[in-house]
Amino acid sequence: MPEPTENPQGSADGWQPKIVAFFCNWCTYLAADLAGTSRMKYAPNTRVIRVMCSGRVDPQFVLEALAHGADGVLIGGCHPGDCHYQSGNYKALRRFRLLKRMLLALGLEEERVRLEWISAAEADKLRDVVNEMVAQVKALGPAHLETPPEDWAVGLEEEAEAEAEGVTV
Amino acid sequence: MSDKPKVAFYWCASCGGCEEAVVDLAEKILDVVAAVDIVFWPVALDFKKSDVEAMEDGSILASFVNGAIRTTEQEEMAHLLRRKSKVLVAFGSCAHLGGIPALANLWDRESIFDTAYRTSPSTVNPDGVRPEPSHPHNGDRVHLPGFYNTVRALDQVTSVDYYIPGCAPTPNIIAGAVETLLGGDLPPAGTVLAPDIALCEECPRLDTKPQELSIERFRRPHEVLIDEETCLLAQGLLCMGPATRAGCGQLCIRGNMPCTGCFGPTSKVRDQGAKYLSAIASMLGFEDEAAIDRALDGIPDPIGTFYRYGLAGSLLRRRKMSSVEA
Repeated sequence: MPEPTENPQGSADGWQPKIVAFFCNWCTYLAADLAGTSRMKYAPNTRVIRVMCSGRVDPQFVLEALAHGADGVLIGGCHPGDCHYQSGNYKALRRFRLLKRMLLALGLEEERVRLEWISAAEADKLRDVVNEMVAQVKALGPAHLETPPEDWAVGLEEEAEAEAEGVTV
Repeated sequence: MSDKPKVAFYWCASCGGCEEAVVDLAEKILDVVAAVDIVFWPVALDFKKSDVEAMEDGSILASFVNGAIRTTEQEEMAHLLRRKSKVLVAFGSCAHLGGIPALANLWDRESIFDTAYRTSPSTVNPDGVRPEPSHPHNGDRVHLPGFYNTVRALDQVTSVDYYIPGCAPTPNIIAGAVETLLGGDLPPAGTVLAPDIALCEECPRLDTKPQELSIERFRRPHEVLIDEETCLLAQGLLCMGPATRAGCGQLCIRGNMPCTGCFGPTSKVRDQGAKYLSAIASMLGFEDEAAIDRALDGIPDPIGTFYRYGLAGSLLRRRKMSSVEA
């Protein structure tokens, strides 16, 4: 079982992954509640946003989180067959499978976006999933998807300097 | 010089189709020409950049700029026309959202130069010559604009007042926009000058769109004989109608081809590709992962499909290069 983060204050250079987590009201959010009342310890890097259903998670939310500097996005919903609204989690699954293809094509690492079925009773699964994801994202480093991209003019400065010195690059 | 309102046209990273679109106004262009003075239009009239520089700031009523911003020269012209114009209009998909040129954001400057000047099969360049921003020539220096790593939409470079969508904007949309701008009763800044509803809502095939779509397999246009009456989504074709702004007159649909999304999203949508992805995925008729993945294999190029005209204007704007093989 993955261990809780050793140093919640940050790694040597102070960087800690920020993970935005969308948890469904009926299952995963309750699992997080249970983890809390059971005094389980786990990595403090998730910012949990409660949604009524994993099917409410618009792919735009995920992109928005990444564009605002999140290093990973975790979506938690009810197990297949258990959706409070019958089929919201299946919708979430279909969107997630396609969103993941798109994000991979945009150069995002696989481990940064994750969909998990976590029921209200599975506080231990929640803890393990969060710990594992934090460890993986930590190993990857910052996502750097903030817009505008920092490197949009890369290469031009060197050219300008070279021109000022009267040489060609 | 007459006291008619002055307008300017300019092109940046574009194909020329938007210039063509202005000419496509046909006899309506005579009304436009009668109402305004065109003070700058490099593709058609012999005015120079220095003529624009000599004008007073804000003396042009409206500048219509098409094309994305890809080079230092285009950025400079965007700023110049912004300064000289009361109203700056992003004209066409490329200025609006990045357009086709913004698909270059799937690569970067280095990999693009490498392909264009070294590895492409038709490249003959034994000396490995690359474009140089400054090059000695006969004792003088000649200059080329710098080439940016990332293609940007016009409003990512300077402030834009209005947008005319489309690849290319249709004559009706252009005429309507010009009428609005000359009419004096200006809409709020930032308005896209086209109807704010999804294309599906004005689609002639809307009645054949099932209440609950259940797609089993995606088909590309060459793989199927397309029925001319039925909703294209119901036929498994990736039609961007649900996530695309209306106003084009459904030209592609009437030509029996699916919408590719050139009018961009409506005002309620922040990211056209993500919204379309959301719509299309929920229409899939499967619940288990393996079947979903098999069906999704029918979308071989998600970025080129969902963001064909809007990668620069999307939430993430470009591909992250560090983690991929260039």
